[in-house]
Amino acid sequence: MAEPVVAVIGAGQAGFQAASSLRQEGFGGRVVLIGDEPVLPYQRPPLSKSYLAGQCGLDEVWLRPENFYEKQNIELLTGETVTAIDRRGRAVRLASGTAIECDHIVLATGARCRALPVAGAELDGVLPLRTLADADLLRERLAAAREVVVVGAGFIGLEFASVAIAAGCAVRIVEVTHQPMGRVVSAEISRYFTERHRAWGAEILLGTGVVRVRGDGNRATAVETSDGRIFPADLVLVCIGVIPNVELARDAGLAADNGIVVDETLHTAAPEITAIGDCANFPTRFAAGRVRLESVQNGVDQAREVAAHIAGKRVGVYDKVPWFWSDQRDLKLQIAGITTGHDRAVLRGDSDSGSFSVFCFKGERLLGVESVNRPADHILARRLLALADPGLSPAQAADASYDLRAHLTPRR
Amino acid sequence: MPSITYVHTDGSREVLDVPVGTSVMRGAVLNSVDGIVAECGGEMMCATCHVDVDEAYVDRMPAQSDDEKAMLEFTASERKPNSRLSCQLVVTPEMDGLVVYLPESQV
Ligand SMILES: Cc1cc2nc3c(=O)[nH]c(=O)nc-3n(C[C@H](O)[C@H](O)[C@H](O)COP(=O)(O)OP(=O)(O)OC[C@H]3O[C@@H](n4cnc5c(N)ncnc54)[C@H](O)[C@@H]3O)c2cc1C
Ligand code: FES
Repeated sequence: MAEPVVAVIGAGQAGFQAASSLRQEGFGGRVVLIGDEPVLPYQRPPLSKSYLAGQCGLDEVWLRPENFYEKQNIELLTGETVTAIDRRGRAVRLASGTAIECDHIVLATGARCRALPVAGAELDGVLPLRTLADADLLRERLAAAREVVVVGAGFIGLEFASVAIAAGCAVRIVEVTHQPMGRVVSAEISRYFTERHRAWGAEILLGTGVVRVRGDGNRATAVETSDGRIFPADLVLVCIGVIPNVELARDAGLAADNGIVVDETLHTAAPEITAIGDCANFPTRFAAGRVRLESVQNGVDQAREVAAHIAGKRVGVYDKVPWFWSDQRDLKLQIAGITTGHDRAVLRGDSDSGSFSVFCFKGERLLGVESVNRPADHILARRLLALADPGLSPAQAADASYDLRAHLTPRR
Repeated sequence: MPSITYVHTDGSREVLDVPVGTSVMRGAVLNSVDGIVAECGGEMMCATCHVDVDEAYVDRMPAQSDDEKAMLEFTASERKPNSRLSCQLVVTPEMDGLVVYLPESQV
């Protein structure tokens, strides 16, 4: 029998991990990792943090050096786009014209930046931040920029803003909702970070949209907001969310709804096709329904799950506690669980001290914990949430003298 | 360049020259040493860069921050008194000859 072949589509964090985990799990067939970016697989988090700030070089951005792929017998195709999945022929078609026959397909296509839907968005100086190429361009432009407008106060926008301020730029952050990072964090954390960014010198305009980017020739010069104001800008960062790359799956007849739809084992309706990472929409006990998460943890843990599955090591439900971090200047925000939909937020620690956590509950049930410079709480939260029932009440969380660590060791 | 020895669980050793200023984790990753996962890239979020430092070198290691101590509670393999997160061990000239033991598993 011919050796089995796995085609991993997308050579980002999740695709890279799937390929390397297949080898760790002892998979002996061919592993082909196909990515459309022209570079080695890399990590995205530094692109809005240390790499953007010029504090680290490319060495620290690559997930592994070039020789790793050879050593692990992973066929890495960079700068190569998969144009179609041929389900009948069990193959993936490449832009370069060839096709790769395969027994399993792992979709790790990630997501792309949503474009700013206003006039002037195409002007030079209006930039996204998703890829290494984006970060390189931003690094170059940031060195010369004086007035920066950040459109969208999500994690990436705020991380970028703190780097831009440190670089000496005047920074305005324009956010259409009233809560920065509001899609994923509690009102308490949102408010705290808003205050900190203001103290660091950023101007934050909430409940404000961008209606037009003005330019001189083809160069952006200012941003016009929904309240009729005009802010000069020589650099406009657009980070208003992403669109999952579902087209390949959809064209192959697979369901897509805010991501490629998979079951609790991360399989699509086709038993030989899985989807992981930023592109996957999956059911989880950590949320009320289905979710699509954008984090290193999610991509990596899902990759390990499907790799173990394909290698025949285990067949199970994907059930890892979600976690995430964001670095903004001297603040490290760490999130365990999914706090969306909580109705009670309990503070532990003192926000004035700059080290505290917000424990988020729905009724009596702990949904997640958001920590600022308080890693011990974060770690404990990850362990608590892994239990079928964390069993921590809001009253216990609020009681500073209540020992969370003791809570974790088996009761009774 | 300081030389660092990474000892696998089967006893095999990889000896690498790691530049001063680079972390013991990065030294391993850049040389594709199996057994250091480092999924967070040195952000002290994952504890998948766990190593046990040879007793002879423990004193030459930088002090453990509270963050590292907290994170060490999350290692997949048993945490020992000489366990460290290798992303926090920035190589100095005094570390030349350092021996670190890779744990049974990182995840
Ligand atoms: C600036 C930035 C900062 C971040 N910071 C953090 C952080 O601090 N902490 C955290 O946990 N997460 C962070 N994230 C999120 C994290 O990086 C992502 O969740 C993670 O990269 C997702 O991995 P992925 O492999 O699913 O997708 P991606 O990394 O997007 O990789 C998908 C790859 O597939 C390629 N591709 C798509 N379609 C095709 C095709 N048809 N053929 C070939 N290739 C294709 C894409 O070009 C891309 O290279 C950050 C993200 C960004 C952009
Ligand atoms: S690399 Fe993640 S904690 Fe060291």
